[in-house]
Amino acid sequence: MITVEALTKSYSGFTAVDDVSFTAGAGRVTGFLGPNGAGKSTTMRMMVGLTAPTSGTATIAGVPFAELPNPGLAVGVLLDASAQHAGRTGREILGIAQRTMGLPKARVDEMLRKVSLTEDEAERRVKNYSLGMRQRLGIATALIGNPEVLILDEPANGLDPAGIRWMRDLLREYADTGGTVLLSSHLLHEIEVVADDLVVIGNGRIVAQGTKEELLAAAGTLVRSPDLAGLAGALRSAGLACTESADASLRTDAEPARVGQVALAAGIALTELRSAESAGLEEMFLELTATSQRDTTPTHGPRTEKAAA
Amino acid sequence: MSTGTSTLERTAPATRTGAPPEPIPMSRIITVEISKMFDTRSGFWLLAGVGIAASIATIATIVFSPHDDLGYGNFAGAVGFPMTVILPMIAILAVTSEWSQRSGLTTFTLIPHRSRVIVGKLGATLAVGVVSIIIAFTVGALGNVIGSSLVGVPIRWDMSPGLVAQIFLADGLTMLMGFTLGILIRSSPGAIVAYFVYALVLPAALGALASFQHWFSVHQGWFDFNYSVGELYDNGVGGKDWAHLAASGSYWLVIPLMVGLWTVTRSEVK
Repeated sequence: MITVEALTKSYSGFTAVDDVSFTAGAGRVTGFLGPNGAGKSTTMRMMVGLTAPTSGTATIAGVPFAELPNPGLAVGVLLDASAQHAGRTGREILGIAQRTMGLPKARVDEMLRKVSLTEDEAERRVKNYSLGMRQRLGIATALIGNPEVLILDEPANGLDPAGIRWMRDLLREYADTGGTVLLSSHLLHEIEVVADDLVVIGNGRIVAQGTKEELLAAAGTLVRSPDLAGLAGALRSAGLACTESADASLRTDAEPARVGQVALAAGIALTELRSAESAGLEEMFLELTATSQRDTTPTHGPRTEKAAA
Repeated sequence: MSTGTSTLERTAPATRTGAPPEPIPMSRIITVEISKMFDTRSGFWLLAGVGIAASIATIATIVFSPHDDLGYGNFAGAVGFPMTVILPMIAILAVTSEWSQRSGLTTFTLIPHRSRVIVGKLGATLAVGVVSIIIAFTVGALGNVIGSSLVGVPIRWDMSPGLVAQIFLADGLTMLMGFTLGILIRSSPGAIVAYFVYALVLPAALGALASFQHWFSVHQGWFDFNYSVGELYDNGVGGKDWAHLAASGSYWLVIPLMVGLWTVTRSEVK
């Protein structure tokens, strides 16, 4: 289990990570989402002691990372697959991890097989590796100590579709056998498929967290009527907040049955009334991180500039 | 590259909540660091360079030295010079590659106490340094035996054990200087340039200063670490020379090493 409490990192005049708290539980895959520069990687670096937090703590099963006697056996970390000495072979890089952790030599071959790197590829220097091969090697390094916790930053980057599928199955199985998996990704579909819990970060702050079902279910009701303005007024006077969408529909958090009653009482004919389908992770992500997005998209309102804290 | 099935031969976490694992021993960190010095192409050629340079220097001594001059002192001097360039490079790259090649991301997550990694690197560097110097001296000794027999002069061992020890110390200090620049600058090209400034540019500049400033020429040993290390290569090192070494070493080596250690343990590894 990973517990992050009030983690904050300030650089001179700029807060990269601002009071971030969450828990990644055992047996679950926790997806860590956010736009570029939102503070995901900084948060992950603080968890493993590569960056000293300005304040706050991060613990692995209750122990600060730096106090783990042999961290590789407790936490598998992959922060940047390209951060390896380009002049070493894949086998040498795995060998360094294996010897540092004091594991039997056979683990190296075991891991190479697990991540599907061939004998031949293992003897090649890493500078000749594709990004996908580097990711596989990085995963092998993270898994070699058979840790209970995995912290992976963008592990699916550069993997081919089969590789992405393989990674997804691997993480699922890892969590199903009681492991804790925290992974960040820009590939929202990947996260949507594999994650049990989500933590969404924007501008260094957590903007949403919870189970995937909770977060994606908060879509409410969609209703259409020829008299949209009248319906909106009726809903509001019944105490139901609603928003008018560009496609001539209203959205409200209330149940469809309640909306129907209000419309009936007001004598307004409806042309459509249904539960808004799960907006999907992409919608939710764009909406939640609207203030910290670099690129505005037509799916949400005008970008509001927020001063950096 | 084929995609295999993802069967995890993983023991359930419940079965491994026994005794906590042993901390990583320093001996293991040192041996891993030694292997990291050999396993890259640059590391391999630097270490091979020790033997190659010693052999070339030895052969050159046999070929170019006046015959009646041939003695172990010449050979030791000839093989010693390339060591003062190669050993600091080995020391620098042992440290800086973690940053320049970004392998520190893995190294410092496997061993979060960075000072332990640095101490391990120091141990590895000194071990490699000692072995390199022994190899160089041995090659020089072989050259002395072979060269003297080739030109038909008696084999002379004209170096006292004390001088050999001094040269050992001087080479070790030179290597430490490279190590210090490595942890202070943490970039391979930056630290290598800094070392050459220290080893080549600075002596020329300070030499010029000494030739104009009488006071400085008398007291140079107190300020110029390069100069006071250089005194070790001569016979007859006295108490004043040791005092020079201690004084100049404290601000050229010890203080920068401390500052470097302090910044290494606090800096962000990206």
